[in-house]
Amino acid sequence: MSRAGLAVGLWGWCLPLLALTFPWTAPPRAEALSADLTSHLIAITTGFTGASVVLFGAIDAPGDVAVVVRGPDREMTVRRKSRVAGIWMNSQEITFANVPSFYFVAASRPLDEIVSPGAAALYRLGVANLEIKAESGAPREIVDSFAAALIAAQQRAKLFPSAVGKVHFIGERLFRTTIEFPSNVPTGTYLVAVFLVRDKDVVSGQTTPLVVSKVGIDADVFGFAVRQPGLYGIVAVLTAVVAGWLASLPFRSA
Amino acid sequence: MDIYLPIAEVSVDVFVLLGLGGVVGFLSGVFGVGGGFLLTPLLIFIGVPPTVAVASSANQLVGASVSGVLAQWRRGNVDFKMGYVLLVGGLAGSFLGVWIFTLLKQLGQIELTISLSYVLLLGTLGALMMVESLRTQLRLHRPGAVRRKLHQHNWMHGLPLKARFRRSKLYISALLPIGLGFVIGVLSAILGIGGGFILVPAMIYMLGMPTAVVPGTSLLQIIFVAANVTLLQAYTNRTVDAVLALVLLVGGVIGARIGSQFGTRLRGDQLRLLLALMVLAVAAKLAFDLTVRPPDLYSIASEKE
Repeated sequence: MSRAGLAVGLWGWCLPLLALTFPWTAPPRAEALSADLTSHLIAITTGFTGASVVLFGAIDAPGDVAVVVRGPDREMTVRRKSRVAGIWMNSQEITFANVPSFYFVAASRPLDEIVSPGAAALYRLGVANLEIKAESGAPREIVDSFAAALIAAQQRAKLFPSAVGKVHFIGERLFRTTIEFPSNVPTGTYLVAVFLVRDKDVVSGQTTPLVVSKVGIDADVFGFAVRQPGLYGIVAVLTAVVAGWLASLPFRSA
Repeated sequence: MDIYLPIAEVSVDVFVLLGLGGVVGFLSGVFGVGGGFLLTPLLIFIGVPPTVAVASSANQLVGASVSGVLAQWRRGNVDFKMGYVLLVGGLAGSFLGVWIFTLLKQLGQIELTISLSYVLLLGTLGALMMVESLRTQLRLHRPGAVRRKLHQHNWMHGLPLKARFRRSKLYISALLPIGLGFVIGVLSAILGIGGGFILVPAMIYMLGMPTAVVPGTSLLQIIFVAANVTLLQAYTNRTVDAVLALVLLVGGVIGARIGSQFGTRLRGDQLRLLLALMVLAVAAKLAFDLTVRPPDLYSIASEKE
């Protein structure tokens, strides 16, 4: 997916949020919701085994809070095997354009209790409301079954945590939740959206960016491999040759 | 203890990687096969993306083969002349192989082609080796058995360009090892492996090389084939994880050392029987996977931005 396409994707998702913050949709008033993360950078180093970030905030009056964490969109292709002449082979494929590489939801109460189906669909709350688009003319039910397989695979990879996280309230105004990232978390810029919900509708929202990035030796190795692939290949081969030679040395004395 | 692999973009337990490297190294020490056909699926199983698994296996194979060749060389078990002649054919073959690979990819079903070729190749080779080594064993245990000639003469020995391979005790046409190397080159480019498990039986049965010389000579050729694959993968696909390869290598050299010592205690026919069993087991596993309904019919491929 191109950079422009990514921007459009994020933009489309942010629009309802921006609308919330504009004065012609809601009268100006003191901040109904404010929230922040304990860290805006997840640094992937050699010992990285996953990370957790705490999101905390306050609301101006009692209500419910829902949090959506979304990784950069990726294009993903789903293939389905079927039996041809006794052998299982890939026979059908559908490409989905805007699959979030990571998707996590947390809420203070079960989603269907705090928000109406319409609002949940508008703000993409919950895996069922992701609306990933297929680039295919296949019948609806086939596309749906492929999309379901894609979501199941992402859940198995822990990239779409299947359990809805818990937003804890400390008193009536202060809230916090913990966002867990697995070790295979994709790199890129994430958006953390926090929604204030009252009477089954979203009344206020805020988004915060979160960057997941490799740092240190891993970033150097990765950068080298991408920027100078030819030289990287030569170094990789030479390293292996030297390592193999070193390993055989003790044979001589034995 | 977990380690983050920068190209594979996953964290894996270091000891699992060391163990994997050790098992594969042991096999390469005993049989002189690189073990790529075993390593790649195992890496995929522990969560390394398939493209990275293929490329990084090739990278670790370079190091493992270097240490294996050096160890065999000290025992005088490497036929360098044979190795270089094989290599000439091998490099030529890998160009054709890469071309075929690209063509198959465009047509789709590259994975199926790979699996099917594995089953056919391994099944045939394994069965042939099994029959031969069992026959040898039976003959050995029969009192008063007649010793067979070193190898049978047939049409292959009428080919021109005869050359003497002293270590292998052979006087054969150079076209034979060049042709064999060529076939291996094509196969290893398509199947993404060093080709040791095809090369080793072919050297024993087609060329008639003594079993003791085979592992070292096969590994010599694998060094260059694997280095070529690593370079191509790093340059075109950027899928070589040097950190992964290095950790595998550490386990691999320990395994290879134990393996080569174990290998010298075995008789040639026992070695061939074991190799036949292993080759057949892999073929059976692949055939099983192709014909049995997979637990998950769907597979996902992700394109990065």
